[in-house]
Amino acid sequence: MGTFIAIVLAAVLTNNFITAKTYGICPFLGVSKKTSSAAGMGVAVTLVMVIATLVTYPIYTYVMIPLKIEFLEIIFFIFIIASLVQMLEKIIQKISPSLYGAMGIYLPLITTNCAVLGVTELVIGDMSGILAEGAAMNIGWAVLYALFAGVGFTLVMVIMSGMREKLNCYKMPKAIAGFPIAMVTACFICMAFMVFSYISL
Amino acid sequence: MNKFKKITLDGLIFQNPTFILVLGTCPTLGLINSAFSSMGMGLTVLVILTLSNVLISLLRKLIPNEVRIPCYIVIIATLVTFARMFLDKFLPDLYESLGGFLALIVVNCIILGRAEAFANKHTVLESAVDGVSQGLGFTLALTIMGVICEFFGKGSLFGFAIMDFKIAMLATPAGAFLVYGISIAVFVYVVDGVQRMLRVKTNKLARENMLKEAA
Repeated sequence: MGTFIAIVLAAVLTNNFITAKTYGICPFLGVSKKTSSAAGMGVAVTLVMVIATLVTYPIYTYVMIPLKIEFLEIIFFIFIIASLVQMLEKIIQKISPSLYGAMGIYLPLITTNCAVLGVTELVIGDMSGILAEGAAMNIGWAVLYALFAGVGFTLVMVIMSGMREKLNCYKMPKAIAGFPIAMVTACFICMAFMVFSYISL
Repeated sequence: MNKFKKITLDGLIFQNPTFILVLGTCPTLGLINSAFSSMGMGLTVLVILTLSNVLISLLRKLIPNEVRIPCYIVIIATLVTFARMFLDKFLPDLYESLGGFLALIVVNCIILGRAEAFANKHTVLESAVDGVSQGLGFTLALTIMGVICEFFGKGSLFGFAIMDFKIAMLATPAGAFLVYGISIAVFVYVVDGVQRMLRVKTNKLARENMLKEAA
């Protein structure tokens, strides 16, 4: 139970992918102009993160380590993610065209999202700071971490898009309109999330 | 010759990957809290970008158009794997400080973006020049912001302590966002101003020439 709470809090609040690790900034800045598209992107990223971890973690632990080919992890992982995204796109298109209409346009972008490759690399690395004492990493914790990292990503995306929708109402000089003001907004969100780093378990 | 000058200027200023195109933001924001790691990241990307541009430009007639993105990703992932092994063996300090962002160079949009937008349409030499200048533009931008963030956030430069006064917030991701945002604004403002000045100058010259010819 302790490990469960620690992973959820770390993934969503204290080690949030955007505000603490700065993974997945491209969609965070690029797709956060409207709340609906930000939420869609967040859900799509979460889905891909969970499925990618579900596939890469066992492959790394049960295939690559016994065969001593850990050094190929980057090539393997990026290929798995790229093909997963393609497959997911086709499946969603077939099963639910309405969901595809809402989410489909974001799926191809996810291949080059650092958050997905980042989470698959993180869970095979050193997680001792997050796991409770004596608990070993396994696929359950890995997938849980991926799921809540995605939830944290979606949370920040939605907050950011809400603030940017408000910002659209104001006129500003050409030099600071667009990316610069979005980054200053992101700075304030990060400062708000820094408060959570005082949580200790 | 003029062509290479244009490619170089584009990479360094007018199409600067960090300030104008705003690509490769994740490593930028994650690493500019230290001048050493941001410069190391910039140089690593410079080498990988140049090599990938050259390789993709060499293979551009062999790679079928439909499967070009997976092909580019294999080339880039292989280069990143090499870079990772090299840094792990010869520059362990840099390897430590880059952390997870070293593997994430694979999904750095600058490298895939240049492959897609430039290297698959241009000759090997042009692609190499483009890789070096875009990489240099990225390195310079990261180093400048790294110096600002480290100097004010930690009171040191490249790891050497300089002063006691520090604004700790600037060494966190929040400060990185702030410095990056302000740097883009200043850069865009200055480049716009310079371009406007150049345009006024050329217009003036053209008008004087016309007047001379008329006379």
